[in-house]
Formats: sequence, C-alpha cells, structure tokens
Amino acid sequence: MTDRYLQIDKVRRVFETKKGPFCALEEISLDIRAGEFVSLIGHSGCGKSTLLNIVAGLLKPTDGHVLLAEREVTGPGPDRGVVFQNHSLLPWLTCFENVQLAVERVFATEKKAARKERVRRALELVQLGQAQHKYPHEISGGMKQRVGIARALSIEPKVLLLDEPFGALDALTRAHLQDELMRIVAGNKQGSTVLMVTHDVDEAVLLSDRVVMMTNGPAATVGEILTVDLPRPRERLALAGHPRYMAYRAAVLKFLYQKQLKEAA
Amino acid sequence: MSAVSATVRTLQPPLAQVGPAEESAKLHPAMNQASSAAEPPLYVRTRAPDWLPRVLAPIIGFALFVLLWEILARTGGRLPDPQSTWHSALEVFGNPFYKKGPNDQGIGWNVLTSLGRVGVGFGMAALVGIPLGFMLGRFRFLSDMAAPIISILRPVSPLAWLPIGLMVFKAANPAAIYVIFVCSLWPMIVNTAVGVRQIPQDYLNVARVLNLSEWIVFRKILFPAVLPYMITGVRLSIGVAWLVIVAAEMLTGGVGIGFWVWDEWNNLNVQHIIIAIFTVGIVGLALEQLMILFARRFSYE
Repeated sequence: MTDRYLQIDKVRRVFETKKGPFCALEEISLDIRAGEFVSLIGHSGCGKSTLLNIVAGLLKPTDGHVLLAEREVTGPGPDRGVVFQNHSLLPWLTCFENVQLAVERVFATEKKAARKERVRRALELVQLGQAQHKYPHEISGGMKQRVGIARALSIEPKVLLLDEPFGALDALTRAHLQDELMRIVAGNKQGSTVLMVTHDVDEAVLLSDRVVMMTNGPAATVGEILTVDLPRPRERLALAGHPRYMAYRAAVLKFLYQKQLKEAA
Repeated sequence: MSAVSATVRTLQPPLAQVGPAEESAKLHPAMNQASSAAEPPLYVRTRAPDWLPRVLAPIIGFALFVLLWEILARTGGRLPDPQSTWHSALEVFGNPFYKKGPNDQGIGWNVLTSLGRVGVGFGMAALVGIPLGFMLGRFRFLSDMAAPIISILRPVSPLAWLPIGLMVFKAANPAAIYVIFVCSLWPMIVNTAVGVRQIPQDYLNVARVLNLSEWIVFRKILFPAVLPYMITGVRLSIGVAWLVIVAAEMLTGGVGIGFWVWDEWNNLNVQHIIIAIFTVGIVGLALEQLMILFARRFSYE
C-alpha cells in the first residue's frame, strides 16, 4: 500500500474546445510511494498542471482515476494541500488569517487555542512568525509563497501538491525557498509525499526522488522517469560539481531539448 | 447582457496590482538608489514650492468663473451679479433653520429633507439591489433572465416613474422616495453582479481545495472581493439619486431643495436659485468625497 500511496491510473483528459475535442493528457499512469518527492517536468503546455489539477480534484479526468491512500479522488478536499503558482492569498486577510482559514475548516473540532497554535506553528515552520500579522501586499513575493506553503502544510495533508511554486520568484529567492522546502519536507515526521510541477531542471533534480518527464502535448504522456539517487540532506553547493548530479541534470536536459524539442519555441 | 458588461468596464475600481518591476525594486532597493544617486543635479535653481501651483490653479479658476459671471450680469439680462448673490447667500445661511409654515422653511431644513428622502430611497434600493446583484452574479440563469429587463429599464429617466409612484402611493413624499429607489437600484445591481463575476478563479480554487462551507466562502471570499465593486455601485447610486431628487421635488412640492428652487422661481428670486444650485453642487460633492473615503478604507492592494 505504501508503494502505491498516490495512484494515477490511466488518466486521460480531453477538453472540449470550439475547434473540437482537444486531448491534453493521454493514458497517464504513475504510482507514488508514501514519503516520496516526485517532480513533473516538461515544456509549457504539456499538461503537467492539468495532471496536478486532476490530482487536486479541481479537474475531473475524462477517463481513468486517481487513488489517494486507496480512496478515489472525486473532488477537491483538504487531504491534499495545494500550493498555487501565484500564491493565491486572500488580500484582505493577514498571513495569520489566511492560514487560519484552512486550519479552522480542517480542525473544526479542536479547541480555539489549539487551532491558533497550529497556525502559529505552520507560520514558524516557514520562518514567518514575525510577519504573521502583515497583509499580503506588505510582504515580498517570496514571503507570500511561504504563506501559501504554510497554508498547505497547516492542514496536515496526505500529499502536498505544488504547481510551479517558485516560478514567479527571482533566482536567489527561489534557491532559498527550495532549500527551505527540502528542510521542511525532511523535518516532517509522517514523511511528506510531494507532487511538484516545475519547468526548472535544477529544481527538479535537487528536490526530487524521481523526476517524471512528460512528452509534449497534445496527448501528452509520461516520457521517461528518472530516479534521483542522491543522499539527503542535499546541499546545493556540494552537489553543484557532483558527477552523478550532473549526469541526472544532463539526462533531463537531453530529454527536454533533444527528444522533446518544441518546434515553435 | 452585453449592455450590462459594457458599462461596467468603466466602473471598475482601480485595484492596483503589484507588478514584477515593483517586486524586484523591493528586493534590490540598493540598486535603484545607486542609479538615481549617480546623477548629480547639473544646476541648482531656486523654485516656487511644488504645492503652490496646485493651490493657485483652483483659485484662479474660481476667480475667472466669477469674472465671467460678473460680465454676463452687467451685459444685461436678469442674472443677478456675484456680489448681491453673495450677500443674499449670507442672509439665507445666516438663519438656515427657521420654520414659517409648511412652504416657507430655512435652507437647512430643505437640504436635510432632501437628504432624508435620498437616504430612505437609496437605503431601500441597497437592501434590494445588493442581494439581487449577488444572485445575478452567482447564477448565470438568473442573470440571463434579468438582463433584458434591466437593459430596457435602466436608460429610462427616473422621472418617468413618478406618475406611477403618485398613482400607487397617492402622496407626494413616498412617490419621490420611490423615484430615488428606482434610480438607485440599477447601478447597485449591475456593479455587484459584475463584482461577483470578476472574483479571481484563484480565490475560488482556494475555497474549493479547502472545501470551505458556503457561508465561510461568502463571508471570507465573496463579500470582501465584491466590496470595492459594491461601493462603486453605491457611489454611482448616490450621485444619481442626488441628481434626481431636485427634479422629483420640483414636481412633487412640499419641503426640499428641489421644491425650494421651484418656489423661488415662482417668487422670481433668481439669487436664491443660484444659491440653491451651489448648495446642491456642494452637498453632492461632499457625498461623493465621503464615498471615496469609504471606498479607500476597503481597498486592499
């Protein structure tokens, strides 16, 4: 069971457009172990976000199904924590209140003080204890994304779904948040299961246990799967010149820029 | 439907978004400072302070306006000159709250009575229009149902409703309030509905992935997201209501600033008419500014 904690089983997704049906995803099957960190990488438009949204329950698959801990995903729910690309914080709520919104829903039976403690812990986990009473427009883009991560983690989800979580950030902030995400995931006692969409090769190799490379759409599917066998905790600097790291990186680059080169791009 | 959405594009509250340029400026403040400090001023010039033209311009504008008025008054006709109007205004505002019978009351009472009518009519319109706007924004079918009716009724002059009001209520005062109600209704319905439709999908996705209850979604997401649009609707409604009340009161009589204008016309007291025009303008401006202050209180970005 733990080997197939999250099961994506023959998922197809067809969008109805004005020009007729458009097949975005074709027969995608993927099993993710409990505690595993898996990245989906591919050129833009290859349907990786569509797949993530199907796992999140925001989209329904046309065929096939998704099982999480042996239960079928039929819609969105708080057993999956989603971090959106553009943080999606509510601008009229403080950081604390944004996280609180999630906690109050999921731990409704707990006492008020216990719930507040959960919010506080989640914000401290992403090192935002100081900024908890600020509004989203008062903090930087990186901090907003941290609040998004805190909100997703605060509900203790079975799986964490990240949709290009650092795509909108500058390179330095992105590197910093990647390191923190590794620390948070490693520190989680239950072992975080993570599915992350990215288009950043370094990000995929550095963070993941497996990198799932998707072919170009339409009718995108799983092209290759790369198992990243690097010891944890991983150090960005130490790995920079590591031969195995470089080989993994080269393999993903080769897939993206040789086998799946986009004509138009 | 298209008529509804076409108007609204111009009514959108300015929700400023933090662009990527601003974002990077925040991250590298030192860089920005360096570039501006690198250019020393080439020459130093003593200048008038920046605020001076901004204060002077409206004063000059007013002076020219009064001059033009003076010229028009002197070249004949029966337009009273600014000076005598000013003296008359001091008299009128010297004793704004007198009562000498039902048709002869101070300007203060007239203004307050008109404001009262606007308040009641507008308040009822808000009670009906805002919930209706929410429903039309949330449910496509209702919106498609209501759109043709709203499109036809919205351009109708509110005064065209007055006879029906007089017929139904058989009294002047409720008829005037009802006209205000009708004309305040449309901007609030339309703007609220558009606000609901403009809610970013991201916010609704947050609600969906957390499985928030409808009540929480309304309180924490829908209502705050729609509020700026709603306030725009309220602001437009109050503006229209204040325009319409003068005309409505001219027709219905009684106490009120509109009736006062009509009464002074019958007395051929043109100075008082001019005073009334300025009073209506200043009260309208005050209402508008009050709403803008209110709107600023509820803008988040």
